[in-house]
Amino acid sequence: MMETIESQLSFLPAPLLAVTLIMLKIVVILLPIMGGVAYLTLLERKVIGYMQVRLGPNRVTFFGIPQLGGLGQPIADAFKLLMKEMIIPDGANKVLFLLAPIVALAPALAAWAVMPFGSELVLANINAGLLYILALTSLGVYGIIIAGWASNSKYAFLGAMRSAAQIVSYEIAMGFALVGVLVAAGSLNLGEIVESQRGNLFTWFWLPLFPLFLIYFISGVAETNRAPFDVSEGESEIVAGFHVEYAGMGFALFFLAEYANMMLIAALTTVMFFGGWMSPLPAAWTDIPVIGTLLGDGLHWFVFKAFFFLFCFLWFRATFPRYRYDQIMRLGWKVFLPITIVWIVVVSSLVVLEVPPWFSNHGAGA
Amino acid sequence: MFEQIVFYAFAAGLIFAAFMVITVRNPVHAALFLVAGFFASAGLWLLLEAEFLAIALVLVYVGAVMVLFLFVVMMLDINITVLREGFTANLPIAGIVAFLMLAAIGLVVGRHHFGLTEIPAPQAAGADYENTAALGRVLYTQYLLPFEIAAVVLLVAIIAAIALTLRSTRQTKAPRPERQVRVTRAERVRLVSMAAEKPAPADAPEA
Repeated sequence: MMETIESQLSFLPAPLLAVTLIMLKIVVILLPIMGGVAYLTLLERKVIGYMQVRLGPNRVTFFGIPQLGGLGQPIADAFKLLMKEMIIPDGANKVLFLLAPIVALAPALAAWAVMPFGSELVLANINAGLLYILALTSLGVYGIIIAGWASNSKYAFLGAMRSAAQIVSYEIAMGFALVGVLVAAGSLNLGEIVESQRGNLFTWFWLPLFPLFLIYFISGVAETNRAPFDVSEGESEIVAGFHVEYAGMGFALFFLAEYANMMLIAALTTVMFFGGWMSPLPAAWTDIPVIGTLLGDGLHWFVFKAFFFLFCFLWFRATFPRYRYDQIMRLGWKVFLPITIVWIVVVSSLVVLEVPPWFSNHGAGA
Repeated sequence: MFEQIVFYAFAAGLIFAAFMVITVRNPVHAALFLVAGFFASAGLWLLLEAEFLAIALVLVYVGAVMVLFLFVVMMLDINITVLREGFTANLPIAGIVAFLMLAAIGLVVGRHHFGLTEIPAPQAAGADYENTAALGRVLYTQYLLPFEIAAVVLLVAIIAAIALTLRSTRQTKAPRPERQVRVTRAERVRLVSMAAEKPAPADAPEA
């Protein structure tokens, strides 16, 4: 498909053509993410609703069909937020106040550039993909800190301070968990990390790296400021934390960033520990007519696995009470960090000893 | 051509950000300009095919160090007018120090040591060149000892910082989570068996 588009645009000069193609790819990646974010909000309200024995939003109809009640809700919400006035508080630092939502959203979207959706489906296939991901996920905190400080409000500032300390703490555990993945895969390239997990359900890294997988996912929940680690918002303690002074689209951008980050963490967990686009079914099954391609490797497996982790985010929010702040810090520093360090030693030994079935075919090559 | 445009864009950004760091009045703005400066220098390193250093700069300095910097700077209650007092009085001394430092930097990194004749421009490596792997290889073979010593120095610094701020539990009223999470229901809740409501007094009027 890329070739047909390329030939259609061949009248453009070469540098312009390259830029146009990259822009097109970015749009192709970002549109589903934005749509996904919108409908993730609806899914969250529905899932939490059902878990708490309520119905969730069911009033806004979709194309006037009453059976689809609720499906129009995200669109209605988006319109409402777009139409609202963006109030800039008295005494706020205007430039930084307006900059903060952008700073929050930009890294959440930029990290998708290196995401391998399929064996060939990746926008930027760079060598240091894992490092790039780590660097960009660590930037998300700036939006929150700047928002909290520029709002000139005590609640917002408290939220920002909580968030800064929390994200810096959990980033370390997260980084160490990824070091384990790097040791196991022998590469920083996300595509190669997926490729080194080739085999079946049990050759994926979740099994040899099980503690790291748990720590990565839990730290991911903490990094995105989601329940049960949502102390930076803490609506029952500090009203809404860092975004209490925001209204309209500025407020909406923070939510876009939060949900885009959730999707990112879910997708990364899939890539690092659950074999990305790979199918858990035996390769012979792809010979089955009609549904054979569905059973083989492909983008749909990536989406399916990532969706499961996204569901876990909603599940956590519906069922866990919020952590107390000192316990969050204790969990990050005193529990997760030692476990990751111990497990890196374990993984390194497994790699050096070339333990089958995971590490039997590399070690000497790297 | 394209590389030069990118280089000059990042270089101009870096110089502008660095200039703003020392001239803006608000310390939070200064810290944010420093972040911008780090980004610009990371871009320059990327141009030099040093992707590991570039990303590590963003990861370590922007992602962790500057967050803590901002954390502290935002909590300070700085009176800018007090800070500016005595600016003219100290200007000559500061000027001399600045000039000496500039001269020293000029002598060390000047043309005589880092000129194109001394260190020729490196050849551009191919697309399959991995800066991360290359760096890792020399760091863990040729420079293993200095690397380990640097790590030990950092570890000592961490332990020293913790030892300086450590308070024994007797001095603090911090809760002890390990005891809290071990609490059982029997310690906190006592279930009392009793009738659902009090029996109505005999002479109570019918409701």
